Amino acid sequence: MSGKISNKERMKIPRQLMPEQDSSIRRTNFNEVNLGFTEELAKMEAMRCIQCPKPSCVEGCPVGVKIGDFIALVADGNYLGAAAKLKEDNLLPAICGRVCPQEEQCEVKCVTGKKGEPVAIGRLERFVADYERETVGIRQPELKPKTGKKVAIVGSGPAGLSCAGDLIQMGHDVTVFEALHDLGGVLIYGIPEFRLPKSIVKAEIDSLKALGVEFKTNSVIGFTDTVDELLANGYDSVFIAVGAGLPYFLNIPGENLNGVYSSNEFLTRVNLMKAYRFPEYDTPVFNCKDKNVAVFGGGNTAMDAVRTSKRLGAKNSYIIYRRSDVEMPAREEEIHHAKEEGIEFIFLSNPVKFTGDKDGWLRSVTLQRMELGEPDASGRRRPIPVSGSEYDIPIDMAVIAIGNGSNPIIQKTTPDMNYNKWGNIVADETTMRTSKVGVFAGGDIVTGGATVILAMGAGRKAASAINRYLLGEDLWLQS
Amino acid sequence: MLKNKYLESSWGTSKWHYSWYRVFDINNGFNMHKIISAEFLAPNIKRFEISAPKIAEKRKAGQFVIIRINEVGERIPLTIADSDSSRGTITIIVQGIGKTTKELNSLVAGDYISDVVGPLGKPSHIENFGTAISIGGGVGTAIAYPTAVALKEAGNHTISIIGGRTKEFVILEKEMKEICDEVFITTDDGSYGKHGFVTDKLKELIKQRKIDFVLAIGPIPMMKAVAEVTREKNIPTVVSLNPVMVDGTGMCGGCRATVDGKTIFVCVDGPEFDAHKVDFETLGRRNGTYLMQESDALKNYECESEKALSQKLTATN
Ligand SMILES: Cc1cc2nc3c(=O)[nH]c(=O)nc-3n(C[C@H](O)[C@H](O)[C@H](O)COP(=O)(O)OP(=O)(O)OC[C@H]3O[C@@H](n4cnc5c(N)ncnc54)[C@H](O)[C@@H]3O)c2cc1C
Ligand code: FES
Repeated sequence: MSGKISNKERMKIPRQLMPEQDSSIRRTNFNEVNLGFTEELAKMEAMRCIQCPKPSCVEGCPVGVKIGDFIALVADGNYLGAAAKLKEDNLLPAICGRVCPQEEQCEVKCVTGKKGEPVAIGRLERFVADYERETVGIRQPELKPKTGKKVAIVGSGPAGLSCAGDLIQMGHDVTVFEALHDLGGVLIYGIPEFRLPKSIVKAEIDSLKALGVEFKTNSVIGFTDTVDELLANGYDSVFIAVGAGLPYFLNIPGENLNGVYSSNEFLTRVNLMKAYRFPEYDTPVFNCKDKNVAVFGGGNTAMDAVRTSKRLGAKNSYIIYRRSDVEMPAREEEIHHAKEEGIEFIFLSNPVKFTGDKDGWLRSVTLQRMELGEPDASGRRRPIPVSGSEYDIPIDMAVIAIGNGSNPIIQKTTPDMNYNKWGNIVADETTMRTSKVGVFAGGDIVTGGATVILAMGAGRKAASAINRYLLGEDLWLQS
Repeated sequence: MLKNKYLESSWGTSKWHYSWYRVFDINNGFNMHKIISAEFLAPNIKRFEISAPKIAEKRKAGQFVIIRINEVGERIPLTIADSDSSRGTITIIVQGIGKTTKELNSLVAGDYISDVVGPLGKPSHIENFGTAISIGGGVGTAIAYPTAVALKEAGNHTISIIGGRTKEFVILEKEMKEICDEVFITTDDGSYGKHGFVTDKLKELIKQRKIDFVLAIGPIPMMKAVAEVTREKNIPTVVSLNPVMVDGTGMCGGCRATVDGKTIFVCVDGPEFDAHKVDFETLGRRNGTYLMQESDALKNYECESEKALSQKLTATN
């Protein structure tokens, strides 16, 4: 069927809209906002792809998913075939289809998008992965014969999970150590249910368990066991994927008032600990009902936090960002959804002081207006404070979502490994090997806060290098 | 049927085989922590010995664990009061204040705790100071105990002051007497030991002899009062802080406190700090963040427990 219509006709098909919960309803619940394509919508969208001989979309994908091939299979109605094609390069498509910034990776390069709107690659990816999971379940690859080698993976975020998935297939024994009581890293404690249902993350983890990956929760490597102890106690190699995990604060007066949170704390309470279902769950969170909430930052984390506050009943929820809307690093869809849900955006404003009442509860924030100057190292225009422009707005709760540094536990307990000045582990770009023999690292702990897909890519690169190392190649001799 | 349909698709020849994914939850059961023994030391204060071999082997004085009782539980920090690596157990001592600690104190030997993680935090800084006083107020005595042991082992002349509201709240007297050179008791109402506060005894001791180190653990007002007493005399003093925590690994910043004018994370930078530099006021205030929710949760819990109890009674009658 896919061969029967001309490219011109294909280009005439409009980009199919994602069915979603109405914004007035969804801002009162934690259910997923996007409902997913139906088969009809998916097929229609897939037909928009003109199957470029030299597809530039693939160049935009950090893990090189064969986009045209999987989309052709969707157009043919072979959804399970499409899922298999997708999974040759992306181990977690149901997750990436939901959280990748497609508008700056694959879709921005789409040729169809040059004249009109790009093919909705992310939505198709999600459809295909959901279809597989919901019809036949996540299908298991065949495992190579056991090699007798053991690998310890530290951290169960996307980097750790994808590395585990590849290594178990290669025949190695894999144990994943996770500090928290639940698995998934940021996917479980950071990204909210309304954007990434936890059942999807759980299904991926259950499928790894079924393949034989062993998971040990409540294991803080550095304290429970050190990296050296893992190596001494039977693990032939260690992959460190502990994420970023040290929240930055603004370092302004009043930051320790009651009602001021880091995004990590606020989101962990709500997502991991399910405070939105308090008192059914025991963990409380600030009661946002009818309150004014300000979230500082412009990334995905900030959008997640501000939309969460709205769902918890906040009267006014603000995003306060020191640059303008074009510089905001959050996914386009999240900004769009946030606006639909009634989030107010205050741009070009920087907090300088929090003020509380006599009992120490946050009451207001003083903002200073900013203007944009020359581009800085990140290529974004640098915000410059406008003197004498301070003004106050009343707020009851604040969430600081300005990024994460690297958690120091591994560094303190594994001093004989190289770190950069921010405490990130130094790892080789292609093999992810660190300066310590047998130890590899990848994901946010190496790059600083980045994306799910980059962390996953790093996990897979590491798996392939660890495999070579375990089969006898001396990766450290080459350096 | 559905399955067959897909097996016949063009796709069946690839390296994948179909399987409805099976769930082998390796963790279930194995990772739970059994309560080996449980006994009340005072009204509302209970001592538990919990199976946690790895933590028992590793922990040092001053470190803590984070526990979560069950699937819906919150994560709370508890100091490791003692351990026995041959039995693979750790001891925690819990004062029932909010819902979680009350629920914990309703557990008995043979019950299980879902999650125990640790040892977390920095171990106490121990050296031979000379004469060291360890002060514990209420359940704080349990937290001070392991450090008192370590101080004694390091060669200090170790004195313990145990404070309680009334006689029943004086805990670990026997244990302290076994390891310390001298033990003094104070009670607020005079029902046991010396009538007065721990600070009264401390002032007396300071007057009598040269004190080189003080460790104070208990309610915030008590720690603050001790800090004021020793500040004048410039006696190095350490307190162990008890903020609200979530992860206990430095990831959330919820446990932050102000020490020496700077923000620190108690779970990774502490829990022990120089008493003369701690901003106790901010700590006390921040600890009140969830008072409203906590009292609601507690009321709910007590209501439910009462209901359960009366059901049990009518069932047995
Ligand atoms: C709120 C939020 C929203 C985001 N939204 C998006 C998005 O929409 N799209 C996108 O692409 N990216 C997004 N990101 C970024 C993305 O989630 C991260 O880049 C990615 O998860 C990094 O993966 P990782 O495997 O390196 O680490 P993580 O996901 O951080 O996982 C690390 C794991 O290691 C554990 N750990 C840490 N220390 C230890 C230790 N010592 N021992 C054992 N375990 C340890 C942690 O508990 C954690 O579970 C978001 C991030 C946040 C916080
Ligand atoms: S408890 Fe989260 S950082 Fe200390």
